[in-house]
Amino acid sequence: MSEHSRWNPLPASLSVLVVAVLLGLPFLRVAPNRLVSGESVYFSSVAHGSVWLLLVILCAAALVAVFRPHRLWLGSVVASSVALITGLLWLAASHATFTAQGAASIARTSFGSAFWLAVVLLAFLANSALEQLRATALQRAALGVAVLLCLSAILGSGVCDNLSLVKEYTQRADDFGLLLARHMQIVLLALAFTVCLGLLSGWLAHAHAGVGRVVLPVLNIIQTIPSIALFGLLMAPLSLLAASLPALGRAGISGVGLAPAVIALTLYGLLPVVRSVLAGLQQVSRSMRSAAAALGLTPVQVLIHIELPLALPVLLGGIRTAAVASVGLAAVTALIGAGGLGSIMFEGLFSNAQDLVLLGVLPIVALGMLVDALFKVLIGLARTRAHSS
Amino acid sequence: MMKQLLKQPLLWAALLLATCVLALPFATPLFANLFPQLDRPLYTQEPFAWLLWQHVLLVGTSSLFAVVVGTAIGFTITRSSGQSFRPLIENVLATSQAFPPVAVLALAVPVVGFGELPALLALALYGLLPVAQGTVSGLQGVPASQRQAALSLGLSGSQCLRYIDIPLALLVWLSGVRTSVIINIGTAAIASTVGAKTLGSPIIVGLSGFNTAYVLQGAIVLALLAVTVDLAFDFFARRVSAIPPPI
Repeated sequence: MSEHSRWNPLPASLSVLVVAVLLGLPFLRVAPNRLVSGESVYFSSVAHGSVWLLLVILCAAALVAVFRPHRLWLGSVVASSVALITGLLWLAASHATFTAQGAASIARTSFGSAFWLAVVLLAFLANSALEQLRATALQRAALGVAVLLCLSAILGSGVCDNLSLVKEYTQRADDFGLLLARHMQIVLLALAFTVCLGLLSGWLAHAHAGVGRVVLPVLNIIQTIPSIALFGLLMAPLSLLAASLPALGRAGISGVGLAPAVIALTLYGLLPVVRSVLAGLQQVSRSMRSAAAALGLTPVQVLIHIELPLALPVLLGGIRTAAVASVGLAAVTALIGAGGLGSIMFEGLFSNAQDLVLLGVLPIVALGMLVDALFKVLIGLARTRAHSS
Repeated sequence: MMKQLLKQPLLWAALLLATCVLALPFATPLFANLFPQLDRPLYTQEPFAWLLWQHVLLVGTSSLFAVVVGTAIGFTITRSSGQSFRPLIENVLATSQAFPPVAVLALAVPVVGFGELPALLALALYGLLPVAQGTVSGLQGVPASQRQAALSLGLSGSQCLRYIDIPLALLVWLSGVRTSVIINIGTAAIASTVGAKTLGSPIIVGLSGFNTAYVLQGAIVLALLAVTVDLAFDFFARRVSAIPPPI
C-alpha cells in the first residue's frame, strides 16, 4: 500500500505535456497534393467542445491522482486517455472530410507532429496509470484489444477515408495485404528454423560444454555483423550456388529474395534462443533431474517431461527476443528483393512520400508490439504452469 | 608482451580491416575473375578508406551524443528525485524494442530531409536507449549493502557515487554502450538509402544495379568494421573487469 499511495507526478506531467504539444505544434497538415508538405492546422482551430471536455477531464484526473492515487482517479486517467486517442483520430478525420469537400480530390490531409506526439504521450499516460493500478498482463492485453477494435471500427466506418494515410492505403489495398502476408511469411519461416536449430544446438551445448564453446562465439560474431552486410555476404555464395545447381534455382533459392532473408534472420535469432535454452536448462535443479532418473525415466523422457516444462518460461523469453527483432529486421530485407512491408517504406522514402513511409512503418511497429504482447501472455501462462507442476 | 599482443583477436581484426581497405583498390583482377559477367567489378565511386572514415565519423558523432545523454538520463532516473519518471523511461525502452532502427531512420527523413542529418538524428536518438538501459541496470545492480558500508565509513554521497556506484556499474554500462554503437554501425550503413555516404553505399548501389561484386565489397568492409569495434569493446571490458573492487 505504501508504494501505491506514493506521491507520483508522472501522470500530471505527461498530461501537461499533452496539452503543450496540442497547443504548440501543428495538429494536421493540409497540402494541395501528396508530394509537398503543406500548411499547418492547429488543434485549437479544429477542436470541438467534446474533445476540449475530454482534455479537461484528463488533466483534472491526472492532477488529483498526483496527491490521491485512488482507483477512481487512475481509472479515469486511463479511460480519458483512451477516449482522447480515439477523439483525436475522429477530429483529424472529420477535418479531412471537411477539407476534401471544398478542394480538389488530390488535396491531402496528413497528421502533424502534435497528433503523433499526443497519441504516444497518451499511450504512455494510460500505461503508467495502469502500472499504478497494478493491472495484470492479461488485463492490459484485453484493454489493448478493445482499443484496437475501437480504432479499426473507426477506420472501417469510412469516416477516415479522406486522410492521406488512408488514401495511400486504398490505392494499394491489394498490394498491402500481399506484402503483409509476405512479411509474416519471412518472419514465421525464419522463426521456425530458429526454434528448431536453436533448441537442438542449445541442448547439445548443454550436454557437451565443448559445443557451447564453439557455437556461442560464432553466433556472437554473426550478431555483430550489420544486417545489410550479412545479406550481402549471403548473396554472392547463394547466387553462385543457384548458378551451379539449377535445381536449387528452380526451387526459388537464389542470391536475392526469400532465401537470403530467411537465412539471415534465422542466424540472427539463434543467439537469443540458444542462450535461453542454456539458461533454462541450467536452472532445472540437479535434485529434480536425479529424482526423475531414480523413477526410471530415460534421458529423453526427463527432457520432455521435466526439463522442457520447467525451462519453458525462459525459453519463450529468448524466442520472444528473436521474434520481435526479426519483425523489424524483415523490413530491411526489402532491399534484397524479399518484399514485405519494408518495400512500402523504402518506396515512400525514395519517392519522398511521407504517408507512404508511414504506411510501411506503422504496421511493422504494430506487428512488433503485437508479437511482443503475445509472448508476454504466453510467458505468463508458462510460468504459472511451471510453478503448479 | 609481444606474444600476448599477437594473441589478441582485436589486433588481427583491425589489421584485416586495414588490409582490406588499402588492398581493395588493387583488387580489380580478383573480382573480375569472380564475377566475369560484370563490366565494372570494383566499386570506384568513392575510395573505401574515405567511406570507412565517413562511416566512423557518423557513428562516432551520434554515439558520443547518445552516450552523454543516455548516461545522464540513466543517472537521473535512478536518483531519488527522478525516480517517479522511471516507469516512463522503462516503458519507452520496452516499446522501442518493437521499433526497428530503420523505422526511426525512415521517420527522420520527413522531419529533417535527405542527407547526413536524418542519419545523425536517428542514430543519436536510437542509440540513447541501450546506453540509458545499461546505466540503469548497472546502477541498480550495485548491492545496497556495499553502499551502506561506504556511507557508514563516513563517505559522502558524491564520494559513494565515485568510489562505489560508478566502478561497480561500469561493466554493465559499457555493455550498453557496446550494444548502442554496434546497432549504430548497422543503421549508419542503411542510412546510405537516405543519402548519407557510408560503407552502405557500395551495397545499396550494388543492389539497385544488380552488381553483386559491389555488394560483396561493401559487406566485407562493413562486417569487418563491426567485428573490430565489437572486439575493441571486448578488450576494454576485460580491462575494466581486471580492475580490483574498490572496497
